[in-house]
Amino acid sequence: MTTVISKFTAPQPVNTRETIAMPEPHIAAFSVEKAYRKGDHQVPVLHGVDISIRKGEFLSIVGTSGSGKSTLLHLLGLLDSPDIGEVQLGGQRIDDLPARTRDELRNRVFGFVFQFYHLLPELSLMENVLTPLMIRHSIWGYWKRRREYQDRAREMIDRVGLGHRLTHRPSELSGGEMQRAAIARSLVGHPEILLADEPTGNLDARTGREIIELLSKLNEQERLTIIMVTHDQSIAAEAHRTVKLCEGRIVPHSEAA
Amino acid sequence: MYKLLLCQRYLRSRYIALASVISVTLGVATMIVVNAVMAGFSSEMRLRIQGILSDIIIETRSNDGVVNAQMHKEMVERLIGNYMVGVTTTVEVYGMLSFKYGDQFLNQPVTLIGIDPATKSQVGPLVDYLQSYRPQENGTEITPADRDRSHVPDWSLSPNATAYRQRIAANEREMRQFTNSIKQQRHGDDGFAEDGPVQDPFQEPGMEMPEQEAEVGQLQTGRLYVGCNLISFPHVDETTKQVRTVYMVRPGDDVKISTVTAGTPAPAYFDATVVDVFKSGMSEYDSSLVFCNLEHLQHIRKMVKTDRDGNETRAITSIQIKLKDFRDSEKVMEILRNEFPPDQFTVRTWEQKQGPLLAAVDVESSILNILLFLIITVAGFGILAIFFMIVVEKTRDIGILKALGASSSGVMSIFLSYGLMLGMVGSGVGVIAGLLFVKYINEIEALIAMITGKQIFDERIYYFKDIPTHIDPFTICWVAIGAMTIAVLASVLPARRAARLQPVRALRYE
Repeated sequence: MTTVISKFTAPQPVNTRETIAMPEPHIAAFSVEKAYRKGDHQVPVLHGVDISIRKGEFLSIVGTSGSGKSTLLHLLGLLDSPDIGEVQLGGQRIDDLPARTRDELRNRVFGFVFQFYHLLPELSLMENVLTPLMIRHSIWGYWKRRREYQDRAREMIDRVGLGHRLTHRPSELSGGEMQRAAIARSLVGHPEILLADEPTGNLDARTGREIIELLSKLNEQERLTIIMVTHDQSIAAEAHRTVKLCEGRIVPHSEAA
Repeated sequence: MYKLLLCQRYLRSRYIALASVISVTLGVATMIVVNAVMAGFSSEMRLRIQGILSDIIIETRSNDGVVNAQMHKEMVERLIGNYMVGVTTTVEVYGMLSFKYGDQFLNQPVTLIGIDPATKSQVGPLVDYLQSYRPQENGTEITPADRDRSHVPDWSLSPNATAYRQRIAANEREMRQFTNSIKQQRHGDDGFAEDGPVQDPFQEPGMEMPEQEAEVGQLQTGRLYVGCNLISFPHVDETTKQVRTVYMVRPGDDVKISTVTAGTPAPAYFDATVVDVFKSGMSEYDSSLVFCNLEHLQHIRKMVKTDRDGNETRAITSIQIKLKDFRDSEKVMEILRNEFPPDQFTVRTWEQKQGPLLAAVDVESSILNILLFLIITVAGFGILAIFFMIVVEKTRDIGILKALGASSSGVMSIFLSYGLMLGMVGSGVGVIAGLLFVKYINEIEALIAMITGKQIFDERIYYFKDIPTHIDPFTICWVAIGAMTIAVLASVLPARRAARLQPVRALRYE
């Protein structure tokens, strides 16, 4: 597995102009099906979804509530595994990897941003941002290089514009600030793919737009692959491409700008 | 790293969890206090038993003993002289102690032990037990010790006792003079012939004093150290609520001793002067033992044989030996057992002689420990319940951690180390609280007694003035480690539950 990991974490050449034209899909799902069990009933959520995202692409998935868009995002991000079908990363199947490897992939390859920010209430902003690095390294490994990591986290926090809030607890931050903090956290480990689940869903329109602008900037500057789930068409329009899910199936949708 | 950080934050922010370890704290503190007090009692008791019995006791199987004490004593010295500090010979018989208190005679069954105080004090702390060597505290008054510890115990009266006896004797003489003068007066006045002394109609037959030939004030040949509980009783002063010991007999008084052995030699009775009172703190001994001068007892019991050449041999019933180091006891026992035939002698250490009592204390202590440990286990279930609550409360956070790449074992170890930390805090505070309690146990006892108006640790029952405690570091470690283990074990199930949470399901928790 180390080969897989090293392959994923190897530095990629930065080339902003060619982002959309990359032929090989970065991450892809092939005819994935997923059903949840509620009591005795199977509730199907996804009915054979095929999707592939190229490197550096900013994709948004739209759909009504219950259309399965969050589930698809979770399957792509290895938070859940499909009943049928497979998820591939760089051409390699990843959904059937052992739990530890999937944990490691989540830590190194994916960054997550959630609708409800999901910061840890006991930790300060700085500590929250450092969490992925703490998880990645052993106590000793982290302790040895803590200065470097703290600098990295500070830099990331500065980039999302929260440099003055380092020691604040999440409860002391506003919604927009918490979402920026969550973005800083998702980026501190230098992931390749950012998965955002309704990142603006809990924010007012202006703050939401700020967040989207931040994501767009990251996509352009870092060649970061972003998959964003939203139900807001105007937010979705910021992405390179929009996919619409309806009752667990991808329906034809006009390509975004 | 995140595990430690989160543990530490949880510890600081979840007071409910800290509340759950209060029971662990209390359990640990109680165990430490109980163990310290029981060990205190036990070691105090062992000390006292050993003090009375000495290290090794050779006893004859027959009550009449074996002749030639000197020979046996020399034999012991020859055999194990290198190992021992002192040796003494004693005669042990059963008897009855009678003395007059108020208008009536009180009788008490006693074990009469003939000793030689000088050698007896070599094999045990006899001096510590004799009252004339200790400052006396009775109620609020404290009188200084009558004798200096450098004085080798003997059968002479202490200065205070001598003064007391002289006062009694002076009274007696006055009394005699007075009765004599009345007798003479009567004789002269109405010429009635004196028929003899007036008989007390209530006096029990056989209990009358043997004819007092001795000069008033002169000491009897029989001299005694009497166990304090035989001749005293505690008295609670109604107004001050203080316990005061009332002595019915004091050093300097005369009492009567009768031996009760049937067969040969016939029961004998004699008068004896109480020279001192001893208090070992073991109520069993203090309420049954009377030490008598060995020579007199041997004489009374007809244990002195004179052969044709006029050489005296004296019989004894036991030899007590004090060792330099009690750890040599097994080796010494081996030597002695080979030399003293088992059909005539039993050779035992003090522990073997008092085996059942010591074993009973050990059993009590271990049962108590098991019960208290069960209490801590119950506290463990409290932790279990509260941890489940915390896991449910933290479901979302667990989901986040997993989404960020934390492994199941990582999440599990958060809660396991949280349990361990709680256990450490709980047992740490418990150990400190327990040690403080033990340190100030007497003050606490006094405080509770003051508040409730009831004495908890009654001197009359336990014969200790203070509560004896003994802290064993090993026990404390054991208790603390046990409590921590229970806290960790109690967090295993909740931690497993947390580890098995599906990240998606956890994140949906909103």
